[in-house]
Amino acid sequence: MTDKNNVKIALTILALALVTAGGIPLYKHRHSRMPLVAGPGVTKVIKLSDFEPSLKGRMIDADIFVLEGREPGGKALLIANTHANEPAGLLATLIVIENAVVDKGTLYVIPTFNASASRNTKPGDGYPLYYDIPTAWGKVLFRMGNRDASPLDQWPDPDAYIHYPDKQLLSYLDVRNTNRTWPGRPDGPPMERVTFAAMELMRREKIDVAIDFHGAETMFPVTNCIVAPQKSAKIATLTAMMVKAMEGFDSHVEPSPQNFRGLSHREIGDFSDTLPFLLEAPIPFLDQPTGPKTVKLLLDGKDPFLLNLAKEKRLFVPYDENGWPMDKRVGQHMSTALEILKQFSKKTPGRALKLTGVPQYAELVKNGVGAYFHDPAKADPKNVHYE
Amino acid sequence: MNIIMIFYYLISAFLAVLLAWNFIREKKNVNDMILYLLVLAPFVLRLLRIK
Repeated sequence: MTDKNNVKIALTILALALVTAGGIPLYKHRHSRMPLVAGPGVTKVIKLSDFEPSLKGRMIDADIFVLEGREPGGKALLIANTHANEPAGLLATLIVIENAVVDKGTLYVIPTFNASASRNTKPGDGYPLYYDIPTAWGKVLFRMGNRDASPLDQWPDPDAYIHYPDKQLLSYLDVRNTNRTWPGRPDGPPMERVTFAAMELMRREKIDVAIDFHGAETMFPVTNCIVAPQKSAKIATLTAMMVKAMEGFDSHVEPSPQNFRGLSHREIGDFSDTLPFLLEAPIPFLDQPTGPKTVKLLLDGKDPFLLNLAKEKRLFVPYDENGWPMDKRVGQHMSTALEILKQFSKKTPGRALKLTGVPQYAELVKNGVGAYFHDPAKADPKNVHYE
Repeated sequence: MNIIMIFYYLISAFLAVLLAWNFIREKKNVNDMILYLLVLAPFVLRLLRIK
């Protein structure tokens, strides 16, 4: 055997070792499951595929947790992980699923709306594959996802994404972004089918209010806010005023632009009777000029580079040595969502919603997010679900 | 999996075979051997539906 052949064999072994070492964590991440314990308020679990059958049996299908109240009333939908790299929304919806009891009306909760994105990652940006939340019974591990669905579920990307039905030209990547593919269609690319399923849920179940949880960079102007179209503006404004006055945090109102298509706060309002709201909480992890994208940065939001930029007034939110911790972001989402439901109920008493058992901003900041999760090992197995 | 996606997997498989074949045929240039393997890696990960 020649020296060159030996080199070739060595290179082949090295390449196989690299592909295996790199591939196994990615495979495990895509196929890992996050347990959650359905609380006393959950009355049934349905799927997006119940509203768009072509999703059935695919990784892009998602669970819908239904919390039916003792009394009839209005209906609300909470959506998280539209962008799976903005995890405060996921944690907020899991707290609702595990703790909320609905006294009046019905609540629908989709914790991993873009299920494919929640199983995707961004190694080029150094994203961690997982993050953990401390609880009294140990750490709970969550998958860190990506903004867009995985190409394993939707491939190839077009040169430019032509939005349906407005024909607006969007970035090619947006064809996998479930906050650009609203209102969707049943025979479109998979992510358009996902948003179409949610639209069908809202139209068939006559959902009154839809709240889509997001996170945005501190350097992005549309952050720390409620994005609402004209039809939702009054409730959004009252909500912003109430959370500022009663709970002491800012969440200003941003109007939903009429000419930028595909976004939930625009298309849900235009293609159904539902009042849409999109909540943005600051997430320093997503800012570009930060240090390494570590789990610590994701959870505490502390970064020295952002602190310098804050001193130069380059950020759109107040920022100091305390960073912008996850508990605060989840607390903002929770309190803002509850206040939206409260304002809607006041405005439309015949369609009121009333829920209890859910912590608000101050409690979440004080006790931490982990205080509201339940141990799946000790729960009744029929209440344990996997996302 | 729709027809376009299947077609893209077939293209990937074809390119992966081409790269592997070039690697096997390369007798002298070690840099080229490394290059073929590096370019091959993402095709393998996609064909195995890992990334």
